[in-house]
Amino acid sequence: MEIVKRPHVENFIAWAKDKPEVVVLTADLTNSSEVGKWRDTYPDRFFGMSMAEQNVMGFASGLAREGYVPYIHTFAVFIYRRPYDQLAMSIAYPNLNVKFVAFLPGITTPGGVTHQAIEDVSIMRATPNMTIVETGDATEVESVLDVAHGVDGPVYIRMLRGEVPRLFPEDEPMRLDEVRVLSDGDDLVVITAGITTEEAMRASVPLADAGVGVRHLHVSTHKPLDDPVILDSIERSGHGVITLENHTIIGGLGSAVAEKMADAGSGKRLIRLGLRDTYAHGASKAYLMKEYGLDAAALVSGVEELMRVDTGITESDLAAARVEATHSLAKAEGL
Amino acid sequence: MIPSETTGDWRKETQAVADRIRVRVLDHVLSHNGGYMSQALSSAEIFAMLYTRVLDLGPSTAPMIPQPFAGVPGADNPDFFNGGAYNGPKAPQYDRFIFSPAHYALVLYTTLIEVGRLAANGLDQFDKDGSTVEMIGAEHSPGVETTTGSLAQALSQAAGIAVARKRRGDTGSVWVMMSDGEFQEGQIWEAISEAAKFELDNLKVIVDVNGQQCDGCMDAENYVDPLTGRIRAFGASAVEVDGHDLDALDAAMSLETGKPHFVMALTDPVRGLPIFEERAPLLHYLRFTSEGERDRYRAVYEEMVN
Repeated sequence: MEIVKRPHVENFIAWAKDKPEVVVLTADLTNSSEVGKWRDTYPDRFFGMSMAEQNVMGFASGLAREGYVPYIHTFAVFIYRRPYDQLAMSIAYPNLNVKFVAFLPGITTPGGVTHQAIEDVSIMRATPNMTIVETGDATEVESVLDVAHGVDGPVYIRMLRGEVPRLFPEDEPMRLDEVRVLSDGDDLVVITAGITTEEAMRASVPLADAGVGVRHLHVSTHKPLDDPVILDSIERSGHGVITLENHTIIGGLGSAVAEKMADAGSGKRLIRLGLRDTYAHGASKAYLMKEYGLDAAALVSGVEELMRVDTGITESDLAAARVEATHSLAKAEGL
Repeated sequence: MIPSETTGDWRKETQAVADRIRVRVLDHVLSHNGGYMSQALSSAEIFAMLYTRVLDLGPSTAPMIPQPFAGVPGADNPDFFNGGAYNGPKAPQYDRFIFSPAHYALVLYTTLIEVGRLAANGLDQFDKDGSTVEMIGAEHSPGVETTTGSLAQALSQAAGIAVARKRRGDTGSVWVMMSDGEFQEGQIWEAISEAAKFELDNLKVIVDVNGQQCDGCMDAENYVDPLTGRIRAFGASAVEVDGHDLDALDAAMSLETGKPHFVMALTDPVRGLPIFEERAPLLHYLRFTSEGERDRYRAVYEEMVN
């Protein structure tokens, strides 16, 4: 698997070159949000706004009302938690073209509870006019900008930084409200987003070897979430569906799938894996994924519970599993 | 619209507008048995100055009779209509008016009527179901460009507009009307600090310092008095004036200081309606407690119009 170092840094600079309407606002987390070089490249389009997020929201609102497209770069928690009223009233209500580049989704940071955005998808889903996308690999980090820019209104981006795996080919960019089908199988559907996709991919070879047929769907758009592939796949499954999210299981991906199933009158089972109505704490990503059941092993346990089987898959089987870039099966299926 | 000095004394016209604002709001409060009366009494000269003397606005592009609610803003709602159109078109040379304390909506609507931007019977729709002439305005309401009923959010938005206009080289200013209670919110101090940092000399603010808030009197000694100094300490310019003295307001509002500029208009929340003093310190909203009380206010109203 290819690991890409800081894919957002150069990509955002190149992408913004011919877009004079794009401006960047930060709140004292410029390098931490991978826009230090962007600031140095386009100093007249950069606003270093101090630790004052309520004002950042209003400032971005004013710029957007004048035709600029502000890309607010900071940690997710400082976008949806601290200045929520400003986000809702100054930006979301008037449906302004402000894009939130929200770093440190879920437990991707050792910064602990204050820095871990574990309920952001839930809150943003409940915010009218908001579009929510999440990046799961380097290809999505590179292509999410076109998706966000193409939306008429505010977009909340769960963004990855630092060393990011490339799971999807560069010629298969993120597309709004389009699910990627990463593997096919008749037994159950696994739905993941963001960093949990790599975990599910890690489990896919051992599960296949154990005779379990998994149809794996990767979601990069949380809202809207209307791709018919999701319900079609669930209805065709033998045993039901497992969602695995880097987020509380209340209000995020699992809840969204549950709503769709309930609306459609689905009788299939659903297991929601993720943070079980709890805050987390400061530790490494790998440690926290294991502790809170967000990893490949947790998925295997979920599969065993759903199918009432013992796959015999061990931790070492999962550790040995290689994850390779996967072409979406969606194209092969013409979906 | 800046009236020419040669066509007469601007003070007469401006004071007449201020007086009519008080009368019309009292009439409305009497007929609706309730309303934001003290806000009109304290800010009548402020709104009259803005709309007859200070703001350089083009003619309204909105209908004299406000159109009904056409849905909230959204990508799927092309019918949404912004109430800023009552303040004329957006153009480089024109000023912009950003209205912060949305609870003053009745005063703003009344001002629009008195300066000919809204029909008098437009106010008949006030607080009526399906109307945009809402009790606490949003950005579909006449004269309202940004949604600021959650107080203290306008200044940051105005600063964003001001920085965008500076980048474009617009010559018009961005004027914000605020109330002093809003300075209790931390966002205001974030906004002043950043507006000063970005040297937004095109950002002008007029504050109705009436010392009133929902729970009653603001703690004047500990709060209002140091307010002007605090604003200066945060990097903006601020001057205090008698908010009912047109010449003083005119001088303070025309200052160019090279910084974001705050005019602290010290006002009287019962100005022109001394009977209202009986209700002190709870002046935020006037609802009559008896027909007898209403009759006494009606008698005052009759004196004002005759």
